[in-house]
Amino acid sequence: MPPEQSKNTPEAPHRAEAKPRWAERLRALGPVLGLVLLCIVGTALNGDFATVDNAMNVLTRTAFIGIIAVGMCFVIISGGIDLSVGSMAALIAGSVIMFINWAAPATGSPLLAVIMGAVLAVALGAVFGLAHGLLITKGRIEPFIVTLGTLGIFRAYLTYFADGGALTLDNDLSDLYAPVYYASLAGIPIPVWVFVIVAIIGGVILNRTAYGRYVQAIGSNEQVARYAAVDVDGVKILTYVLLGVCVGIATLLYVPRLGSASPTTGILWELEAIAAVIVGGTALKGGAGSITGTVIGAILLSVISNILNLTSVISVYLNAAVQGFVIIIVAVLQRGRR
Amino acid sequence: MSSEAGVSVEFDHVVKAFGSVQVLHGVSFALAPGRVYGLLGENGAGKSTLMKILAGYESLTSGVLRVNGAPQVFTNSRDAEALGIVLIHQEFNLAEDLSVAQNIFLGHEKKRGWLLDDAAMEREAAAALAQVGLQVDPTTKVRRLIVAEKQLVEIAKAVARRARLLIMDEPTATLTPGETERLFKLIAQLRADGVTIVYISHKLDEVERVTDEVIVMRDGRFVARSLTSDITRHQMANLMVGRELSDLYPPRDLVVAAAAPAMTVRNFTVPGWAQDASFEVRPGEILGFAGLVGAGRTELFEGLLGLRPASGSVEMLGKKVPGGGGWRNPRDAAKHGLTYLSEDRKGKGLHVNLGLRQNLTLMALERYAHPWLNPAAERGALVEAVKDYGIRTGSLDVKASSLSGGNQQKLALAKVLQPHPKVVVLDEPTRGVDVGAKRDIYFLIQRLAREGLAVIVVSSELMELIGLCHRVAVMRAGRIVTTLDAIHLTEEELIAHATGTVQEHA
Repeated sequence: MPPEQSKNTPEAPHRAEAKPRWAERLRALGPVLGLVLLCIVGTALNGDFATVDNAMNVLTRTAFIGIIAVGMCFVIISGGIDLSVGSMAALIAGSVIMFINWAAPATGSPLLAVIMGAVLAVALGAVFGLAHGLLITKGRIEPFIVTLGTLGIFRAYLTYFADGGALTLDNDLSDLYAPVYYASLAGIPIPVWVFVIVAIIGGVILNRTAYGRYVQAIGSNEQVARYAAVDVDGVKILTYVLLGVCVGIATLLYVPRLGSASPTTGILWELEAIAAVIVGGTALKGGAGSITGTVIGAILLSVISNILNLTSVISVYLNAAVQGFVIIIVAVLQRGRR
Repeated sequence: MSSEAGVSVEFDHVVKAFGSVQVLHGVSFALAPGRVYGLLGENGAGKSTLMKILAGYESLTSGVLRVNGAPQVFTNSRDAEALGIVLIHQEFNLAEDLSVAQNIFLGHEKKRGWLLDDAAMEREAAAALAQVGLQVDPTTKVRRLIVAEKQLVEIAKAVARRARLLIMDEPTATLTPGETERLFKLIAQLRADGVTIVYISHKLDEVERVTDEVIVMRDGRFVARSLTSDITRHQMANLMVGRELSDLYPPRDLVVAAAAPAMTVRNFTVPGWAQDASFEVRPGEILGFAGLVGAGRTELFEGLLGLRPASGSVEMLGKKVPGGGGWRNPRDAAKHGLTYLSEDRKGKGLHVNLGLRQNLTLMALERYAHPWLNPAAERGALVEAVKDYGIRTGSLDVKASSLSGGNQQKLALAKVLQPHPKVVVLDEPTRGVDVGAKRDIYFLIQRLAREGLAVIVVSSELMELIGLCHRVAVMRAGRIVTTLDAIHLTEEELIAHATGTVQEHA
């Protein structure tokens, strides 16, 4: 028996809905439009920009930040933040290098050492993420404070292990590991493949699983989610673990690029990863966001730095400044969104 | 500040819309100086919004507000205060870490040169406190006051500002009978001084006692006005609801008394909020929880859900909950058959920024994920819920925020019922919804009970509890003082138990 419709109830008006939805769609297209515009500018400024080589170069460089940004996307949508990813990447890189250098002679199999090193990178990322998640949920400390603390801790330990210098992979091991960064499959570099796979998995988790829905529900309103029987702490912890895993994957791709880690490794990666997520249309307050947008945001940022490299309009030293401006401008555009 | 003459006010076709939702539909009436008006209406009738417009907290969308004959557009509450119009909020607007005197003069500090004149402010604050009959030192921090004292500080604040038109929104909700008496004396004294008073209350006996005239609003419209002496309480109630009260509620079914309780709670304590609460609810039964604000009703159930530390014994369908308290968290409770609809719809009940589908299925997502979410199945559930619960929406793909209050509430109800609970707790299920939706919700609740669900309704609207429930448990200061059969229950009897002024029969 459906409840009777009473006559004296004024119908709530629903006409005003068509417009905001159209505007939302436009907003989702914003990053794409920005990227297209940048590519046109880049091509106009330098003929080398629109080549396959350059495109692959840009995408390969995007891979590190892009993979981290996919994880960051979960954290930010759930209403959190992680400022430590750059330092975390540096510490993981250093630890992996030390481990492989030790494990190769110890096990007698350089290949096994490299594989174990790669697994270690992911495991370390997961452990660091778990520590973040536990401190934030069970310890009830603001994510900003926790990850600001570990930002310092991670980098200081790397500096300590490297004794202020650099940790370097032994030469033969470096050659063995190099293909992970330098090789291509079907003409596309390995890091780009990994980036694509991580992004697809991230998108499926976010949009097609109960877990992804919980992440969005918590970011939209944590109290409502808690009252709706969502395991808020568990879901939040897992976002930080996922981000840690992403940092681990990004790092295991990064290590063979230079074969070394130093106190400057991964500097400002947190800025780039957070910028990619925000530029991609995810609300910094949490609740709404997309992996596609994040991927486009990451590509957009590296296209900017690529253009700065190829042209002399703005000094390449101002790269981080440009990214900083972009993140602030996008935040301004996001105002009044909720 | 203001002249000592009273303030006259005229609302002329006042319209207020929040986004696409219109809450005032052209309200027109006038208030004469030096009279006490009772402003009546159910929750969501638009009383508070209209008064916020008068006090400068909200702007009107269209129409005119005239004060002393001149059209006024207040941009903030200071503009209204300049004309002597002060609103005493239902929720307190006090800075907890400041002293009573500092709060009373907040934004109107007295100065000597560049420096604050604390001595003068404390002196005047003490005078205002004496007028409202609150005996605390003006230098006491507000944090240290109890709720009733805070209410009196709010009133003292208005008195100190020499209000000429005072709006009181449920001023006695937290006061003891003695404090209420003193407030009534103060009202009489202010009225004799020519102050206009708008008195908003659900307690019709108080309205009958202190007001000269009553004005009734319903669903954002002016309905009627009358001299208080010309109208009975029953007529007031019927005007508020817009029909004979008896039509609003479904006929009561009998509960099978022999049925085993669905949930039994024994000696349940939520430290600081509820002590030693014991009750049980049977399948098919609607059990009401009455009490004043702060009586611990909401907190008792939050304790059961594991949202607050608690101890006691809870049995669900004959099975004891392990651990000597409530469930560990709402997830645990839902798994074992208890779900809860919060009184705070926007803050705890519904994701207003998410879509209808996402809201509906949130508590039972595992049913739609194998492991990939199936949006088509979710949509099917939404179509069914829209039909079953009478949710009126233009499209299924809108955000929950675009629904009207009543339809949001129906969606929230549908959501907490998705996990198929055995016992459902509905905290203020009709807060902020119009009368039509109210009736829908009452019939829905009855249908749920008929289907064998045990329903607990926590409500501040006594009529609702009397009209809907089989039994009503009354809480006072954290204890269940009595559980009454609702069949022959009167509002007066409930109030007496809730305030502790019940006459012991020989």
